[in-house]
Amino acid sequence: MDHASPMTRWLKGLALTLVVIFFMFPILWIVLMSFQTNETILRMPPSVVFTPTLENYQALITGKLVSSAGVLEIQFMRNLMNSVILSVCSVALSLLLGVPAAYAFARHKFRGSEDIAFTLLSFRFAPPLLVLLPLALYFQDLGLANTYIGLIWVYQLICLPLILWIVRGYFEDISPDVEHAYRLAGHSWFSTFRRIALPLAGPGIAAAGLLAFIFAWNNFVFALVLASADKQPVTVGALAFVTASGIQYGQIAAGIVLSIAPTLALALYAQRYLVEGLSLGAVKG
Amino acid sequence: MSAPALELDRVSKIYGAKAARPVRAVDAVSMSVAKGEIVALLGSSGCGKTSTLRMVAGFETVSEGAVRIAGREVNRVAPAKRNVAMAFEGYSLYPPLTVRENIAFALKSARLPREEVARRVAEIAHLLEIEPILDRYPASISGGQQQRASLGRALIREADLHLLDEPMGQLEPALRALLRGRIKHFVKERGLTAVLVTHDQTEANALADRIAVMEGGVLQQFASPAELKDRPANLFTGTFIGEPPMNVFQAQARAEGDALRLGLGEGVALDYPAAGFEPAVRETILKRGRVTLGVRPHAVRLDPAGAPAEVAANQWLGDQSHIAASFAGGTLVTVEHDRARLRPGDRIGVRFEPADLHVFDGETGAALSHGGRAA
Repeated sequence: MDHASPMTRWLKGLALTLVVIFFMFPILWIVLMSFQTNETILRMPPSVVFTPTLENYQALITGKLVSSAGVLEIQFMRNLMNSVILSVCSVALSLLLGVPAAYAFARHKFRGSEDIAFTLLSFRFAPPLLVLLPLALYFQDLGLANTYIGLIWVYQLICLPLILWIVRGYFEDISPDVEHAYRLAGHSWFSTFRRIALPLAGPGIAAAGLLAFIFAWNNFVFALVLASADKQPVTVGALAFVTASGIQYGQIAAGIVLSIAPTLALALYAQRYLVEGLSLGAVKG
Repeated sequence: MSAPALELDRVSKIYGAKAARPVRAVDAVSMSVAKGEIVALLGSSGCGKTSTLRMVAGFETVSEGAVRIAGREVNRVAPAKRNVAMAFEGYSLYPPLTVRENIAFALKSARLPREEVARRVAEIAHLLEIEPILDRYPASISGGQQQRASLGRALIREADLHLLDEPMGQLEPALRALLRGRIKHFVKERGLTAVLVTHDQTEANALADRIAVMEGGVLQQFASPAELKDRPANLFTGTFIGEPPMNVFQAQARAEGDALRLGLGEGVALDYPAAGFEPAVRETILKRGRVTLGVRPHAVRLDPAGAPAEVAANQWLGDQSHIAASFAGGTLVTVEHDRARLRPGDRIGVRFEPADLHVFDGETGAALSHGGRAA
């Protein structure tokens, strides 16, 4: 890297800048929009010069959407809370079930293990709409419709295969002999799993968990069909911004900023793990 | 007399037992290792030596037979409860720990006093020449250093059995030679029992009291290095042990008066007077008819009056000449300690003393005689 000529370095810098602008501009634009009123957003020609206002955020947080047609009640904060509950619980449950399962699939080849693992992966192939309608009927009968438990259960379709398959790869990358060495030193397989396998696969588990969290957070159809207003996550709740009196761009922008904030913060915080996780192969002993 | 440190009783490892073609990676291997003994499992890759070692450690289930450590059958005992230490071929150091912590790990788990741990780590580090890297992490040191750290982690323990899987494969030759001596001394001094797996016969000869030669999952011979060399049990061991490998010729034996005539290819015949072979051995050889003759390259004598051969190549290796010659329709290799002035095409005569002849059954390869005496 240090041997690159100044020209190469300059070009590399330019390419990086372009990439950053390309990916960051929409986020920047949304943030700017969220501090504007609908009028300033829609004016022609567009301008970045405006007097910032907090009324969009205020409307979201108080739950009162003031439009030309009157005051509309929205439950954005509640939706946000639902998103947090659903995503966090789903990922937690998936990790609890998926990580030991991934370890088992990675370490113990038993008859049909590949088939079971593949079946779990195939949940990701099926179009969600295909299973949703029958599922909705079952959920009605079972009393699971419109409950957190029911939704978290369905969200396993998203999180579990993802975590299982990513984490399995990380476990497979750890030399079994590292664990063998630990077991020979007088430890049970469970303490080997806890003390050796888990920490070594840690970055991978973090990366898989994060990815699963983002997928769960972004999910739309499951919640649309299976949840009513009080259990809806932001993705579905955002529909409320399309009102009779027009689309509330300012509030939508503010809503987006609030709803991407957790995932963005998490990604930034866990960046180190993601990078570490992706480069695990290069440094493992 | 206490129980042997390790006893294998007709141990087999079968992979895919329910598959159409089960693979017997280890086939009914029986051997017994006395306490304080160093034993090498020697063989080419895929011969079952590592599978055997892993069954002893407990990472492979035993398909048939029994493994006993210090008199206790351990077939169903967890690796943690076998009191066995192992150095892995792939090093398998714990990446988040330094070399020092890796080596001290088992002792710390056993809650030994801190001073004793420090003293023993220092001793092992000195032995293996890894003092400068004790505080480095496994990812930042070379393969050879990791291997020594892994070896240290195994040797520091006071286990019933030390299993060493290719313990020195990654080391430079000079260091390897030095460490062989030191490790042997260390193991012997402490009365440890070690089983090492290697494909390097020099290493096996240098370290082991006895060597178990394996091929195709079958134990071919289990004997001291000297015996393996002088009295190979079969053709495989005969040709496997020794560098350069033993010369082998098919021969037809018949009586020529009192003498034993061994007819090789292309009309070459070797006559041996009755005194060269014990009468019973001579009988057996004559009864078999078709035998395989083995002569170690070091034992081939150059003698103008001997059987004719033609030099095909002559290599000077710095301390010895390896001369390859076409002889009786095959190739013969001989080692001379002087720089032989022979060129390809030169005609020479060769002679094999009865004392240097190994005779194997032409069909089964089982040894019939060594140096004229019964095998």
